[in-house]
Order: sequence, then structure tokens, then C-alpha cells
Amino acid sequence: MPAPIRLRELIRTIRTARTQAEEREMIQKECAAIRSSFREEDNTYRCRNVAKLLYMHMLGYPAHFGQLECLKLIASQKFTDKRIGYLGAMLLLDERQDVHLLMTNCIKNDLNHSTQYVQGLALCTLGCMGSSEMCRDLAGEVEKLLKTSNSYLRKKAALCAVHVIRKVPELMEMFLPATKNLLNEKNHGVLHTSVVLLTEMCERSPDMLAHFRKLVPQLVRILKNLIMSGYSPEHDVSGISDPFLQVRILRLLRILGRNDDDSSEAMNDILAQVATNTETSKNVGNAILYETVLTIMDIKSESGLRVLAINILGRFLLNNDKNIRYVALTSLLKTVQTDHNAVQRHRSTIVDCLKDLDVSIKRRAMELSFALVNGNNVRGMMKELLYFLDSCEPEFKADCASGIFLAAEKYAPSKRWHIDTIMRVLTTAGSYVRDDAVPNLIQLITNSVEMHAYTVQRLYKAILGDYSQQPLVQVASWCIGEYGDLLVSGQCEEEEPIQVTEDEVLDILESVLISNMSASVTRGYALTAIMKLSTRFTCTVNRIKKVVSIYGSSIDVELQQRAVEYNALFKKYDHMRPALLERMPVMEKVTTNGPAEIVQTNGETETAVLETKPPPSGLQPANQANDLLDLLGGSDITPVIPTAPTREPPSAGGELLDLLGDLNLTGIPSITAYNKNGLKIDFTFERSNTNPSVTVITIQASNSTELDMTDFVFQAAVPKTFQLQLLSPSSSVIPAFNSGTITQVIKVLNPQKQQLRMRIKLTYNHKGSAMQDLAEVNNFPPQSWQ
Amino acid sequence: MIKFFLMVNKQGQTRLSRYYEHVEINKRAMLEAEVIKSCLSRSKDECSFVEYKDFKLVYRQYAALFIVVGIDQTENEMAVYELIHNFVEVLDKYFSRVIMFNLDRVHIILDEMVLNGCIVETNRNRILAPLFVLDKVAEG
Repeated sequence: MPAPIRLRELIRTIRTARTQAEEREMIQKECAAIRSSFREEDNTYRCRNVAKLLYMHMLGYPAHFGQLECLKLIASQKFTDKRIGYLGAMLLLDERQDVHLLMTNCIKNDLNHSTQYVQGLALCTLGCMGSSEMCRDLAGEVEKLLKTSNSYLRKKAALCAVHVIRKVPELMEMFLPATKNLLNEKNHGVLHTSVVLLTEMCERSPDMLAHFRKLVPQLVRILKNLIMSGYSPEHDVSGISDPFLQVRILRLLRILGRNDDDSSEAMNDILAQVATNTETSKNVGNAILYETVLTIMDIKSESGLRVLAINILGRFLLNNDKNIRYVALTSLLKTVQTDHNAVQRHRSTIVDCLKDLDVSIKRRAMELSFALVNGNNVRGMMKELLYFLDSCEPEFKADCASGIFLAAEKYAPSKRWHIDTIMRVLTTAGSYVRDDAVPNLIQLITNSVEMHAYTVQRLYKAILGDYSQQPLVQVASWCIGEYGDLLVSGQCEEEEPIQVTEDEVLDILESVLISNMSASVTRGYALTAIMKLSTRFTCTVNRIKKVVSIYGSSIDVELQQRAVEYNALFKKYDHMRPALLERMPVMEKVTTNGPAEIVQTNGETETAVLETKPPPSGLQPANQANDLLDLLGGSDITPVIPTAPTREPPSAGGELLDLLGDLNLTGIPSITAYNKNGLKIDFTFERSNTNPSVTVITIQASNSTELDMTDFVFQAAVPKTFQLQLLSPSSSVIPAFNSGTITQVIKVLNPQKQQLRMRIKLTYNHKGSAMQDLAEVNNFPPQSWQ
Repeated sequence: MIKFFLMVNKQGQTRLSRYYEHVEINKRAMLEAEVIKSCLSRSKDECSFVEYKDFKLVYRQYAALFIVVGIDQTENEMAVYELIHNFVEVLDKYFSRVIMFNLDRVHIILDEMVLNGCIVETNRNRILAPLFVLDKVAEG
């Protein structure tokens, strides 16, 4: 069998392949050759074959059959074999394969090998992919190597220790003694990795942090030497001595100095020195300055130093190099919370960055601009941001629009300005506005009562030209529906009123309905708006009736339902129409992320439905407590619990239960919510101490029939002002003869402290047939929701 | 921490890939393609840092080759920028010929410089010392 080809020839051949198929063919041929070579246990060429396998793995082809071969290579005595074997192990193996455990012994032997390069290999591999078991076994060896005088090994051992600590945090104590004189080394490699090790230990354990604070003077000294020493060819990068080490030390100083006055004071001088002496013409110098600035901002530095840091950042912003500007914007974003005034000084430069061509810089500048908006500069900043919204890439528009809305809400100098800004956003970036912005905007408009006429006029003008931007059209339709009368009567004070007839308004709303560009939701808005106008317009009611009846046969189910209901309003409930469709009241202000109290337009009919229902009376379906009551003869037992007001049976039943020897410790009586066909569901209540609007209900379902009930599913619905959370049930089978129960927890959020009502739906299988039932639960005791 | 280290050519072919945090094999190709697309689409005067998902990419172009390093939030971007340049200088010193035919050697150099996502050694001579030993042993 001819000798297998070398790696470089393989690479050369593969590079000549013109198509993916050709490449795959070559690779498969080579794989087959490699596999047969492995089977023959060929020792001489194994190294070469594995190298080729690694290359193919990098290209994306499967190479798992090479894993064992890597192990064999590691076990070999030749250095070249070991080298490729360990490399293969690092690339092909990881914790998830069981094979890697076989390596543990080899690594152990190699850690004690006579050649330092072999030891280095073992450390490297262990440090990259050692699992927790391997780390535990070999931690002792690593610790030994950490104390050796060989700098080549020491630096690798330090990073290996970092990996061990990450995998097995309990072993951190073990490495503590070895760290004692790590910083005394002259070798920069060791210094660097030791600093990394110290950083890792400090980040993981506050005790270590306190312990290592005493190293601050030493670190400061090392840093000083680096800066003050002359040219050293070994570590020089563009005139600066070992910038990587400087950056690392600065980071460690940052961690040590945080929240600690003494250490911060010790560092002040050196930080000032670094900040003023470093060359800023090259990237290297700027890298160090960047790290210095981050450190100054994080520790408890004196104010002079902080001002120096921000000025450095300001200088960065004016630099021509994009990288530096990016870095400056990032750091300013981090510091804007703490040093707001200082950053404000650079506001104009930051705003200029919005016009930069670079996407990364633009994003940073945008975030920073939003952070800088305050009551004083809001007008100017908004102008710039709106201009930015006009011209930026689509990926920014959504975030920018949301940011503008938030800022406008917080700092708007006048209502008119606010509405103008919103209009501007809607017209420029209308299709990118987030869905939740629409209800917020509607609420805002409702609340600014004096601006209604102006708003509806502007919105009308906006969609006259173009009704493709959905959020804009939705808001506009809603407003036209609400304030159409103001529009037609030409009452606007703020600007020149336009002459609009009722027909024109209906024209535009109908075109929205018909247009292909309108989403289903938008159409819903438009139809409801048209309906509302029937009470506000006087001469076009017939036209409205016609439109509404057309949509009674629309394919879109939502539209159809609305149209049918509105038709019914016209025909059978015409007397109720004005009351139902009258002007919406001013809505309560909610936090932007609160539960959706703002009902959408279709909520009108729903709230009407809820209100027209008669309030729950005291007459409840018979429950066991009531039965007991009857047995005791008399339903007007005076309430025993002083807090409960005089009420009908439900609370009396509860008190009876208390008389029978308090079943629940919280004092809220439990109720039987449902009892039919042998299925009984009891509710027990608990009020949360931390949040008084939360009631936790535990339901217990039991089965008194002689057959089990299987596939039991409990569902519940509550009125709109509540929020419900159903946790998973204990099981789905209720055993017969009351021998067991299913428990499930329901959490109800009731911020308005309204009376708790619930509709439940039960589905289960019983006696071979599927059963389903709906019920209303109205007998909640007042303590559960007050 | 450095998450990955890639060398890609202008056509999008990966010449070297090293991952310091485990990524599924099938996801790697997609990751590499996306990363390259974002780097290739940037012009000369845009900055070398790109934000991608939850990490940052630092890239540098050398003729037809792009070197891209993925880092997380804790790393100093400009130091990594310097690291890339350092790496290229080391490769320059060692390889007289075209790099790509000796992929295993490049991996070894990378191993000497970066261990488990952290910088180990940046001095050129010290990095290359074990490699010279390896060469001597291989010849012998």
C-alpha cells in the first residue's frame, strides 16, 4: 500500500476542486484511505493521517472515527505523534464524549515527563478541555507545576489552574499558597498569566478579593516599571512596553479597587501617570488609555481623575480613527448614569456621530443620545433624532421609534409638541413602530382633551395621502371614529381648519377597509370607526348601515362578527346605539408595561356585555355548606367573623365551616366551586403577604362515583380586569370513591380589588364517554379579593 | 474571553477555525458564514468592531485574508485588535512560504499564544521556540 499523502498535498488537491461535489468526492476517497490505514494499525503514518483528518473536520466533514486514533498518538513516545495527538484531542474531543476520560492517565504521565515541551502540551490540553473529573484528579499535578521555576511551564500551569477553578470551584483554596510569589517573576509570560489567575480568583470569591488587596502596591510597582523603563526589544509593540500586560494589570486593579477606598487611593497616582504619559498616536496607546479610563470610572477615584478620564473620552470622540470613536461611545454609555453632567458636555459631538456612515457607531450614538435626553435639551435632541429616524437603516427604526416615544413621554414640554412628535414618527417610520405603541398612543391622545380636534385633523391629512403604514392607519382610524364630529365641524384652534364632509371621511375609511394593504387588525379598527361615526354624523347614517351590512358576509371571521353585531345594533337595539357608541372616557394612566387595561376598540362591546350582566346575587348553586345550613335549620345565622359584612349564604357557609373548626389557617373560608355528577371541586384561598393584589387559589378535585375520571383538564377564565395564572396540576386522573384528589394552583392578580368572578370549564373522561361542563363560580368569599 | 478565532478568505472559505467555547458542528458553518458576511460588507473606513448576537467581532484584513476574533463583553476590543496583528507577525516570521499548506503548524502557534480563550504569550521568540524544537525532531 503506497504511503498516504501528506497534509499539504491534500490541501493542494482540495483547493483545485471546482465544485462542492468534487470536493466531497475527494474527501470521501481520502477518508476511506485513512480509515483502512487506521484499521491496519499503521504506526508510522498515523500522525499524518490524523492531521489530514483534522483539516477535513475543519471543513465540516465528520471525523469522529479519528478520536481513538488521537488517543493512541498521545500514548506514543514520539514528540511529533504526541503533538498531533493532543491537537486532535483538543479539536475533536470534548466533555460530551466518554472517550476523553481515557486521556486522563496519559496526561498525568505527561505532566511529569522529562521534556518541558511535553509537559507544556499536557497542560495546554488539560486547560482547554479538561472535564471536572479530570481536573479533580490532576489538580495536584497542576499545582506542583505552578511552583516550578521553569517559566515556560509556569505560565501554562497558571492558565490551566484558571480552567480547573472554573470547572471545580472548590479547589480554589488549593492554589492559594502557590500564588504567593507569582508576581515576583521577571518573565512577562508568567506575569501575564498570573494576573489572569488572580483576576479569576478575585472574581469568584470575595474572601480572595480581600486577601489579594494587599498585592496592590506590588502591581502598581510593576506597572510603573513598564511605563518608565526604556525601550525593551523583547516586549515592545510600537514603542510601548508590553501593552497586553499593562491592560491586564489595569483590569485587575479595577477589580481590586472597586468599592475600596484604600486601594483606590494607592492607585490614583499610577492611573494619572498612565493617562497622561501614554502615546495616543497609535492604536496600542489608545488601547491602554481605554482600559485606564474604564478602571478610573469603576473604582472610587477622586473627582479630578474622573474629569481627566471623561476628557480623554471626549478627545477620543474627535479622533479620526473609527475604532477609537466606537470605543469612546461604548465607554461613555457605561458612565452616563454616574457622571451624567460630564457626559452632557460632549453632547454635540455625540449627536454628530449619528450622521456617521458606520453602522456600529450609529447604534452606539443612538443609545447614548437617548440616555442624554433631559428636560432642557429635549427639543433640540428630538429634532436630531427625528432626522436620524428619517435617514437610518431599517434595523434601527423600531428601536429609534420606541426610544423617541419614551423620551417624548417623559420630557414633553407641551402636549402639542408631544402629539406633533408622535405624528412625525408615525408618518416617517410608521410601519416599523412596535405593536404595543398603538394602544399607548391612543391613550395619550384621549388624555389630551383640548388637542382632540387638532390631532384628528392632522391624522386625517396624514392618511389621505397614504394609508399603507399600519400603525398610523390604526391610530388614525380610531381617532376619526372617536372625534369625527370635530373633524367635520371644522373646530380646530391650533391650525387652519380644513373643510371635510362626512362623505369624504367615510370615503377614506372605506378605502382602508377595501385596500389589500390593510392588515386584518387595521380593517377591524376601520369598521368600528365607521360604526362609531353613525352616532356622530348626521346625514350619512344610511351609507354607514349599508357598509356595515356588506361586511356581514365577509370571509374574515373577525370582520364578519363585528359587522353582524353592528347590524344587530342597527336593527334590534337602535335605542341602545347612542349610549353604547358614545365618547370614550379618559383612560387611567398605566405604566407602559402594565397589564393591558386599555381596551382596544372591540372592547367596547365586551365591557358593555359585562356591565349589562346582573350583579351576582346571593343565590348560589347548592353547595355542601348550604346543605348543612339547611340541616341546622336557618339561613340567617349572624356572621361570626367581625370583618365580613352581612351577606347571603356564601359567607355564612364560610362561617359555618369556621364554626366546624377552622379548616384553613389564613382565615379565608374555602368554598365548593362545583359539585355535579359526582365531581366536586373545592377552592382554598391564600393571600400573598408581599403583594396584596395576588390571591392564590388551590383547587382540589375529588370524585365520588365508582369509576375513575381520566384526562381531567381544568380551565378557568376571569373578567378583563384580572390576570390569571394556572400552574400545572398534580395529575390528570381522579380516582374513584374519593380515594384521592387532583390539586392545582391558580394565581389571580386583582389590582383593582374588584369582586372575584370566574368561569370554569371541565373536561374529562368518565365511564367511557367524554364529559364537558361549563360553570360560573360566584361565591368567592370577600376576604379572598378585598 | 475569546470565543473563537477564524481565518477566512474573501470568497468566504474558512482557512482556520478554532473555538474556545463549544459550538455544535452543524452550527459552525452557519456561524462562520454569517460572521464573514457581516465583515465583508463593511467598507475600508468603518470601524473594526461589529456586534453580532451576544458577542463582538474584531476583524482585520490582510490582503485577501480576514482574521476574525469573537470576544465577549469583558475583553478590551483594542487589545484584541493588537493581538491579531501580533499573531500575523509571528506567522510572518515562521512561515517563509504560503501559510495555508501547514495548517497544523498554525494551530500549534495559536495554541502557544491563546489558551482556553486567554492570552498566554505574546513574545515572538518564546512562541516559536517549541516549534523550532518540533521541526528539528521531525527532521531527525
